[in-house]
Amino acid sequence: MVRRRINIVSNLDWVIIGIYLSLIIIGWLNIYSAEFNESGKSVFDLSQRYGKQLLWIMAALVISIIIIIIDSRFYQYFASLLYGLVIIPLILVLVLGTEIHGSRSWFVFGNFHFQPSEFAKCVTGLALARYLCLPNIKLQNFRHLLLSLAIIVFPGILIMLQPDTGSTLVYASLIIVLYREGLPAIYVIVGIILTLLFLFTLIFDKLYIIIALIILVFIFYFFIEKRKRFFFTGITVFIITGGLIWLISLILSLNISIYFMIMLTLVITGIIYSILSYRYKLKYIMLVFVFLIGSVTFTFSVDYVVHNVLKEHQQKRINVLLGLDSDPLGSGYNINQSKIAIGSGGMLGKGYLRGTQTKFNFVPEQSTDFIFCTIGEEWGFAGGAFVVILFVSLLLRILYLAEQQRTRFSRIYGYSVFSILLFHFLVNIGMTIGLFPVIGIPLPFISYGGSSLWGFTILLFIFLRLNASRTEFL
Amino acid sequence: MKNQFENRKFVVGGLLILFALVLLVKLFSLQIIKTSYRLSADNNVLRYVPQFPARGLIFDRNGELIVYNEAAYDLMVVPSQLSAFDTTDLCNLLSMDKTSLETKIQEAKDYSTFIPSPLLKQISSITYARLQEKLFRLPGFYVQTRTLRKYSRDISSHILGYVGEVSDKVINEDPYYKLGDYIGISGIEKSYEKVLRGKKGVNIFLVDVHNRIKGPYQNGRHDELPVVGSNLTATFDADLQAYGEKLMENKTGSIVALEPSSGEVLAMISAPSYKPSLLIGRIRSLNYLNLLQDTLKPLFNRALMASYPPGSTFKTINGLIGLQEKVLFPRSEYYCDLGYYARGIYVGCHNHYSPLDLTRAVQNSCNAYFCNVFRNILDSRQYSDIHESFESWRNHLLSFGFGQTISLDFPNELKGFIPKSSYYDRYYGKTGWSSLTLISLAIGQGELGITPLQMANMTAVIANRGYYFSPHIAKNIDGLEEDQEKTELKHFTSIDSINFTAIIEGMDLAVNGAPGTGSTARIARIDSITVCGKTGTAENPHGEDHSLFLAFAPKDNPKIAIVVVVENGGFGSTYAAPIASLMIEKYLKGSVNRKWIEDYILKTDLIHGQKEN
Repeated sequence: MVRRRINIVSNLDWVIIGIYLSLIIIGWLNIYSAEFNESGKSVFDLSQRYGKQLLWIMAALVISIIIIIIDSRFYQYFASLLYGLVIIPLILVLVLGTEIHGSRSWFVFGNFHFQPSEFAKCVTGLALARYLCLPNIKLQNFRHLLLSLAIIVFPGILIMLQPDTGSTLVYASLIIVLYREGLPAIYVIVGIILTLLFLFTLIFDKLYIIIALIILVFIFYFFIEKRKRFFFTGITVFIITGGLIWLISLILSLNISIYFMIMLTLVITGIIYSILSYRYKLKYIMLVFVFLIGSVTFTFSVDYVVHNVLKEHQQKRINVLLGLDSDPLGSGYNINQSKIAIGSGGMLGKGYLRGTQTKFNFVPEQSTDFIFCTIGEEWGFAGGAFVVILFVSLLLRILYLAEQQRTRFSRIYGYSVFSILLFHFLVNIGMTIGLFPVIGIPLPFISYGGSSLWGFTILLFIFLRLNASRTEFL
Repeated sequence: MKNQFENRKFVVGGLLILFALVLLVKLFSLQIIKTSYRLSADNNVLRYVPQFPARGLIFDRNGELIVYNEAAYDLMVVPSQLSAFDTTDLCNLLSMDKTSLETKIQEAKDYSTFIPSPLLKQISSITYARLQEKLFRLPGFYVQTRTLRKYSRDISSHILGYVGEVSDKVINEDPYYKLGDYIGISGIEKSYEKVLRGKKGVNIFLVDVHNRIKGPYQNGRHDELPVVGSNLTATFDADLQAYGEKLMENKTGSIVALEPSSGEVLAMISAPSYKPSLLIGRIRSLNYLNLLQDTLKPLFNRALMASYPPGSTFKTINGLIGLQEKVLFPRSEYYCDLGYYARGIYVGCHNHYSPLDLTRAVQNSCNAYFCNVFRNILDSRQYSDIHESFESWRNHLLSFGFGQTISLDFPNELKGFIPKSSYYDRYYGKTGWSSLTLISLAIGQGELGITPLQMANMTAVIANRGYYFSPHIAKNIDGLEEDQEKTELKHFTSIDSINFTAIIEGMDLAVNGAPGTGSTARIARIDSITVCGKTGTAENPHGEDHSLFLAFAPKDNPKIAIVVVVENGGFGSTYAAPIASLMIEKYLKGSVNRKWIEDYILKTDLIHGQKEN
């Protein structure tokens, strides 16, 4: 490998650094506003969040410099090691962590809290890039895909155990990386269908969904089956089976649920279809049927998970978001107060330090997850839109630079950074304005918190470092 | 390094732009298009703290302060702000036990953790002073100041009425009132609620989510100062009122005294009564319950709400109507042989000289005389039938204010009852009754319901020789023009002034007639004052008859018109007449010289005596 000497500093992407610094300054100003009260002595007062955040910012700058100094190859060579190093505290925190708000996500050292999951995103991106850049790794290969998913899902599961649903979901965003690297479109389509099914299951009764699915599948089959008589055979088999099961249960007055009857009908028709498809060489009917069985099973599972696995407050949050539940002082409280704060900002906002909603603690978690409320209230639509545009610029720039990378490793890592930041940006702002459920993830670079600021700084600056070296290798 | 999936970057970038646009659109609609959130924000952070003004003071007609205010302190608790505190200390201070304190706090918690609830209402100023030193150690507690009514003389509860917490019904109807506000519930406090209460002010504070006040909103620019309630001067005379209440102790009944030349109520006593101080402060609810359950009904204002047949006092009215209808002349004489006999009907009378003219008939209260008068009115040939003549008679009565509310400012005044001819049609059929059927009306018995206030008003009509002013209790309200159109409106009765002379002469003689001439109320005589009076005995089917007496004095240019009702007091001259006389003496002379009558009345106990029987 030929290497040439380059000037790292001049090769750094100063657009990204500029946006990064802007976001951090905006963040600190708004944390100050949200936390400002009479008891604070100065901006360096370490008993106040804005004082601490100043310290975190200083440290973040030091960290970024260190990252820039380190040779770019370090990140590629030690990606697996770093991944392992971060997995260990993720396991340890489950045992040694301190439970705060029902989650064991934090190590507490005196006054300072440390959240290992904030660093796991970065190393997962590195590990994923490291694996996918290996020669002959193709996502079309099922085994390779499975391993890639394992790299993503493993820290996700550990974080789920804390439990921290928000941070877990962040890992789902890495699907974007896989997509860019050649994940077959069918998976994406299936993913979208499953997501839609998931949402529908929450909103509508599962019986309607199952009936709708069955009808849809038969319509679909009607169009793809060239030998139309088999379509009629198929639908007749289904109707007769279903009717018979219904009659039997009626005659024997069996007290079985409609869902059980549907499932039984599906299984019996499934067996008949497989015999038919074997004898007449029908390939579509089985494909369609497997899809149907899968969808129905998925619907049942989602229904089960939502009602039996998710905690009550999580169920409620989802319900409130989907408009199934209106409870402005209960679980809808956060989102309602947040919307009031942002909505009262108007075009230009109430002015810095003049926000009444955020100042008086109406919005919970106002300096962390709901920091965008302070921006929306005090700086209005102008301020909110400015932040959105800053993020979009940052993300587009990362996307552009990722595509410019000469090594697959750098590009994949760049996409990881893009995906993770995109998810945080969309979901965080989305939840403050009522587009997403409140899942409690920070707004990168802006929200209060040392762990998250450092985590995102490391995430971003490793990419900057890799990018600075992209011309090093010929 | 090109690869086959490079084009997917456009999908990814496109999605980014798409989602960012969704965010911006939503943000735009939230911040620019919808205005409802701005409103919610105001409600969220602004706390409107009402400032209660002091209620207007009440003076009597001589300017003596009767009702004023005293600061009261409610200990409030905000459960969310509570932290560990010395419960024993607080219990000792408030002299309540630990369990009840804990229950109270739990109740407050159940109501709301953030909204203040009263823990203990109306604590004394001494307790408040001690508590204040310790409040800083009691986070979550604070003291709210209110004012309570205080009475310089514990009298005239029925006139003054009382103040209590506003009911849900009123809150729904009148947006001025909020839960926990006070409102006048009866008497002057109710009638003049709007002027006495003043106007609540409001302090607008910024509060945080825990309802903690963070400071005044825009430095108090939008605060409203409370407007103190107007002071009210009432028409009653506190000395006279107190004297009347004393005289009526241990009796059931009422006294109403009016100034005929103005309609001002000089005294209004309903016995048994209660002390107004019983219905203020923490003791209110318990006392109210006790008063409510009292079989003697002390809360019931008999002066306004009890109606009686007027008995013989009504003879004056029938006489006046007879004169007006020209079926009677002052010199008309009728015989009386211990009563009135007609077609099997007998109305008894006492032994007196016979025959009598109108004046002497009033003096002697002759039943037979007025039975004749009444029949002549109803059987008068001016009218085609009894219905017409009865309605004519009834209209005369209505012009005296009977059968309707007459006061300007008493709440809960009873109309009383004057039957219509249709009332008798229902009982006897259209042709089934005659003047003889109704003969008891001649002497004020039967189907008549007249309140003491109406009787007093009728006395004022006689004193004024033909008209009355609407009785009222408010003389003057600070900063408010008197409604002269109402207070100075003369209500003329249908009786010509000239017709009163004979009746008034009779009333004069009833009190001041020479001994042995049959005067019914000589006990009411006062030296140097010409009292004109008429006794009455209202038949009471439930027990001893009610003793009635109406009087005015002096005869020329009358200053006071009074009616006394003593329930179960027997003849009018027994108790009612001496009480009325004492009241007149008290009012006109300032003091009472006839101590023996006073003692006789004060010693009379009609309530407890009856219970022994």
